Amino acid sequence: MKIHIKNGRVIDPNNNIDRQLDIFIGAGKIIALGSAPDGFTANQTIDASNLIVCPGLVDLSVRLREPGEEYKATLISELQAAVAGGVTSLACLPDTDPVLDEPGLVEMLKHRAKQLNLAHVYPLGALTRQLQGKILSEMGELREAGCVGFSQANIAITDTQVLWRAMEYAATFGFTLFLHAEEPFLAKDGVAHDGEVASRLGLKGIPSAAEALALASILRIAKETGAKVHISRLSTAEGVSMIREAKKQGLNISCDVSANHLHLTEHDIGFFDANCHLKPPLRSQRDKEALSAGLKDGTIDAICSDHTPVDDDAKLAPFAEAEIGATGLELLLTLTLKWAQQEKIDLLKAIALVSLASAKILGVPAGTLDLNSDADICIFDENKYWKISPTSLKSQGKNTPFNGLEMAGKVKFTLVHGQLVYQS
Amino acid sequence: MNNPQLDADGRLRHLLSTEGLPKKILNQILDTAESFVGVAEREVKKVPLLRGKTVCNLFFENSTRTRTTFEIAAKRLSADVISLNVNTSSQSKGETILDTVDNLIAMHADMFVVRHSQSGAAHFIAKHVPEHIHVINAGDGRHSHPTQGLLDMFTIRKYKPDLHNLRVAIVGDVLHSRVARSEIHALTTLGVPEVRVIAPKTLLPAQVEKLGVQVFHDMKAGLKDVDVVMMLRLQNERMNGAMLPSVQEYFKTYGLTQEKLNLAKPDAIVLHPGPMNRGVEIDSSVADGKQSVILPQVTYGIAIRMAVMAMLAGGQISGNQS
Repeated sequence: MKIHIKNGRVIDPNNNIDRQLDIFIGAGKIIALGSAPDGFTANQTIDASNLIVCPGLVDLSVRLREPGEEYKATLISELQAAVAGGVTSLACLPDTDPVLDEPGLVEMLKHRAKQLNLAHVYPLGALTRQLQGKILSEMGELREAGCVGFSQANIAITDTQVLWRAMEYAATFGFTLFLHAEEPFLAKDGVAHDGEVASRLGLKGIPSAAEALALASILRIAKETGAKVHISRLSTAEGVSMIREAKKQGLNISCDVSANHLHLTEHDIGFFDANCHLKPPLRSQRDKEALSAGLKDGTIDAICSDHTPVDDDAKLAPFAEAEIGATGLELLLTLTLKWAQQEKIDLLKAIALVSLASAKILGVPAGTLDLNSDADICIFDENKYWKISPTSLKSQGKNTPFNGLEMAGKVKFTLVHGQLVYQS
Repeated sequence: MNNPQLDADGRLRHLLSTEGLPKKILNQILDTAESFVGVAEREVKKVPLLRGKTVCNLFFENSTRTRTTFEIAAKRLSADVISLNVNTSSQSKGETILDTVDNLIAMHADMFVVRHSQSGAAHFIAKHVPEHIHVINAGDGRHSHPTQGLLDMFTIRKYKPDLHNLRVAIVGDVLHSRVARSEIHALTTLGVPEVRVIAPKTLLPAQVEKLGVQVFHDMKAGLKDVDVVMMLRLQNERMNGAMLPSVQEYFKTYGLTQEKLNLAKPDAIVLHPGPMNRGVEIDSSVADGKQSVILPQVTYGIAIRMAVMAMLAGGQISGNQS
């Protein structure tokens, strides 16, 4: 299959390209940029006039809900959502049922994802067995089965000795740990940022200090063990400062922020909007601004969707009882574009934050339009508005705080491995 | 964001919180309640305003006192009343809140009085009921207990009519108290210039000052020259643990004794939402003393609940109902 993508504005952060350029694809790879290789005859031509052609997005934090929670979402529904959102590679979290702590489960997931031939799935294995924070999982075996890193999802390791050993062991083999920083005792039963809004609404708060405390332990142990750590879904101003300082000290650390937290604050909870029941909680305006600044100055490396599909019934409960999470795969691009526009960030940099940077963190071959790289490509119309609604979303999870909003940035075509897998 | 408590014409549709209600509506509720106070003193303690209507008391959390006052209020308005303790029936069988509500709607309930242990439960139900059905929040988690807040305002107004010249102190477990939140919003909306909260830091929510109150940790300083002392109930489960070391120490520092009350204005009144823990947050001599208005609060509570139900049912209430 040979594809010619013509007249598009090509944005490729890895090669610092932002100009109109044709792309030629053969055998699943990008075989030329600019002019056609000798003897190239396209089987298919995609007219990308007035569209942006960029590397397929790479999402660092996705819940696919398989195995075990198919009533919330399925591999097929979420991978269709991924390509509809221009996401061609994603890291999925291990908090499934059963937990992704056995090589067999990981192999099965990889195998099924491959058969579907949609987005690439890169599992994050459980760092400890059953995510219980006690016994290390078989990281080596899991790595061989296809895990690109190890995570505890939202479950903290309370025993710092276990955390220490986990980092030491991972560091031995150069594995990356993906950790969410939240001290579980301070956060216990909390459902919202411990601030003005939670106080008014009578919701139990999660103080910013819960993030800072957990982060302090993680950073200190990372320094001691030399482990490569990625902090998932940073949420506070203090957290941003701590990461900035740690990077200055030369720690091998990276971090991301969810697209939700770039746009929303505690005030968006309004009258108990359960769609705003997220983890970490939506924090204050000051925190939101600090996250944005951290992203601009490189303290925060990437933006993730924190895609967490939840079935409708699970959200039909009072705020604290409503299940945590919001759908996100199909919103990652549009929310990133909106942030970039608000902050006057050029597209080259903005796209890097959801593709190249994320791919580097995962250590996977994605996020570029290099010659001879896999043709994973997102083609979108940055000026086309679309309405976020349960019917416009492919994901089985329909809940999002952005429901009903008209957003700019619509994916027109998605290619994975040189095949057109989505078209709108 | 639309205020879920008001309809398109700005009339009361649900009573969910004292927050976000205009002063005019708060005063209207208080004035309407005034007209119902006399009903209880008549030989026939009934008015026909809610005849043919069905009021459903939906209590997901146990309560005898609040449920009883709502029942009495509804019956005095001639409504048919059903009271359900849901925590002991359907919920234990796995029925969701909305299933329970939908079933009662199918039985043609016109008004729900809801109590639930989760903050936001009443808002949640209000969001899902059809337009002709009204919801009254009878207490949701730590969030709100608006009829309690309103009956406290009614009581204060009875004894201290000029609300614009008052200094009010709320004492105790503000963190877990829906009553405190309802009182604070009602007081600030009605124009009370100085509202104080007095509590140890463990019993105050984050950034409580943003609710428009002054914070005191020293009870003696906090009570100085106040006109109204509003005590809060300390829940049993908070008495020993990480929040407070012991009942004795709490009573010593934050319990209301006559000696401490003497620091307030000589004619200061004392309120308590009940049920009281004598010797924990309040000394018996104060609870039963001449400055206490705790029993009148209970009486006025019925008038307030009648007023709210009558207003929600859409009746134009004019003149004195007795």
